[in-house]
Amino acid sequence: MTTAASTAPSRPPASASRPGRAPRRRFPLQPVAAILVAVLVLGVPFWLVIATAAKDRAEALDPNLAPPSEWRLLDNFATVFADGRMTTGFLGSLLVMVPAVVGVLVLGSMAAWILGRRGGRLSAAIYALAISGIVLPPAVVTIVLLLRQLGLAGTALGMIGVYMGMYLSTVIFFVTGFVRTIPHELEEAARVDGAGPVRVFARIILPLLRPVLATATILICLYIWNDVFYALFVIGGRIDTLPLNLYQVASAGLYLQNWHLIFAYIILMSLPLLITFMVAQRRIISGITSGAVK
Amino acid sequence: MSTNLTPATGAARPHRKDHPLWFLIPALAVLVVFFFVPTLFNFVYAFTDWSSFKSEINFAGFDNFASLFGNGTLLNALKVTLVYAVLVAIFQNLFGLGLALLLERDTRVNRAVRVAFFVPVIMSALAVGYIFQALLKPDGALNGIIGLLTGSDVSIPWLGNTTWTIVVVAIVHAWKWMGLSMLIYLAGLKTIGDDVLEAGRLDGAGRWTMFRSIKFPLLAPAVTFNVATALLGSMNGFDIVQATTEGGPGGTTELLNIFIFRTFGQGLFAQATTMSLVLFLTVTVLAFPVIRFLRKREDVL
Repeated sequence: MTTAASTAPSRPPASASRPGRAPRRRFPLQPVAAILVAVLVLGVPFWLVIATAAKDRAEALDPNLAPPSEWRLLDNFATVFADGRMTTGFLGSLLVMVPAVVGVLVLGSMAAWILGRRGGRLSAAIYALAISGIVLPPAVVTIVLLLRQLGLAGTALGMIGVYMGMYLSTVIFFVTGFVRTIPHELEEAARVDGAGPVRVFARIILPLLRPVLATATILICLYIWNDVFYALFVIGGRIDTLPLNLYQVASAGLYLQNWHLIFAYIILMSLPLLITFMVAQRRIISGITSGAVK
Repeated sequence: MSTNLTPATGAARPHRKDHPLWFLIPALAVLVVFFFVPTLFNFVYAFTDWSSFKSEINFAGFDNFASLFGNGTLLNALKVTLVYAVLVAIFQNLFGLGLALLLERDTRVNRAVRVAFFVPVIMSALAVGYIFQALLKPDGALNGIIGLLTGSDVSIPWLGNTTWTIVVVAIVHAWKWMGLSMLIYLAGLKTIGDDVLEAGRLDGAGRWTMFRSIKFPLLAPAVTFNVATALLGSMNGFDIVQATTEGGPGGTTELLNIFIFRTFGQGLFAQATTMSLVLFLTVTVLAFPVIRFLRKREDVL
């Protein structure tokens, strides 16, 4: 894959001198096996996407691994942009994702700070309830009913609320654990200077939470950017998002004759997250794994 | 723990007014309105005849359960969901662990391949489903490759078999998420000290013994995390199945969420709610061990 070239030079060769490895010389079986597995397991599907997205309609009718007779990738991108409501989908995705992520981070951090600092039964009970959403599935049908009663059905505000309700638990779980590792003395110092709770939170706590908030941002952006299930119920047909458009294009009648456009759409819609990931991959990977294994 | 009551440390501890409870209110308000109230509604509207065909909603007792149970859809969807979840958990962990062991050493090639395997994780599950639908068609690319290798025409209907398609779709799901499991396993492998491995090597342990007796037991936290997330993630699955089979053939891949979406689209809101409640109860019953695990991990941190 082309990803190899873009990521390899970004790291210093410090790991080459890892201690404790017996210096044995042998045929480079492992690198060959690693590349072979990647080509078979990832290369085939990815090549199918790229090759098909670069074909014209007749050639793409039956998606196969043959290279396109003529590369029309940019033409197809242009067609998708013109016909596939790419721009409105992109803006719609941003419209629900950005406020939901910001809201969930701010409200979640506020709650997590209190839950992480206060002891006692009440806090423990609220904490248990607040993180239960990590495992419990949202009641997707009755959410629609509730939004209708609130007058929020089919609106961006309703979708933002639903996403916030779904992912607040994740934020509270991650951040509460992190808050407990922050020494009390840091808050105390500010308090001695006469700072109230709002000031302590905004000036001392929030900046310290940056690493854990970065991880949470990545995870939640990933979920919301790619979500189609909850969007279908809440805003389907009213507001365009990228996955909703993909679903509509793909399930429409013209679907089977337009694989080249579907795959071109898939490439374009994956690009924002792919680029973000390529730029910040080390932080993202360490952020995601740090919480999982202890 | 309630150490904040001990007088010895009380002076250094912050007072309660320094962490006012009103900071909780915005988050709790959102949680209550958008999460807990709909969940409570689930328990109410599953027992009504709410639908798009009439304006008023009447109490209907256990009618929805009776009809869904009677025509077999409830048990079928429940069975499919559980089988799917178990299959995904198995495949995702086998693939993830295999990749982690293959790419364990910190070489340039391995780092690049690891990054490549994370790409499906950040892709849309719906998109992954469409890619594999094209790949797995009877005249699709996979059959083309097999045909090339065997020298004969192959047209296996990967997505059209009432017995095996659920396995195929579970493998696609595992393909999408195996990069995440791999990362968790790699992080787990990193926590194993070199001295432990060296001791094993000095005792003459071969590769297999090293894995079975040293690495695998020490990977227990990673296994727990990966199995739990794979189970929960696939029980809530929708996108990949919808994009590949839409629940078919013959309802053999109809997950609870697929059923909910389909009946909701037909205007049978009460039936969709009933299935939503079934999903909620199933996950709740199975999630208790998971929550306990998360809490325990919390104490360790």
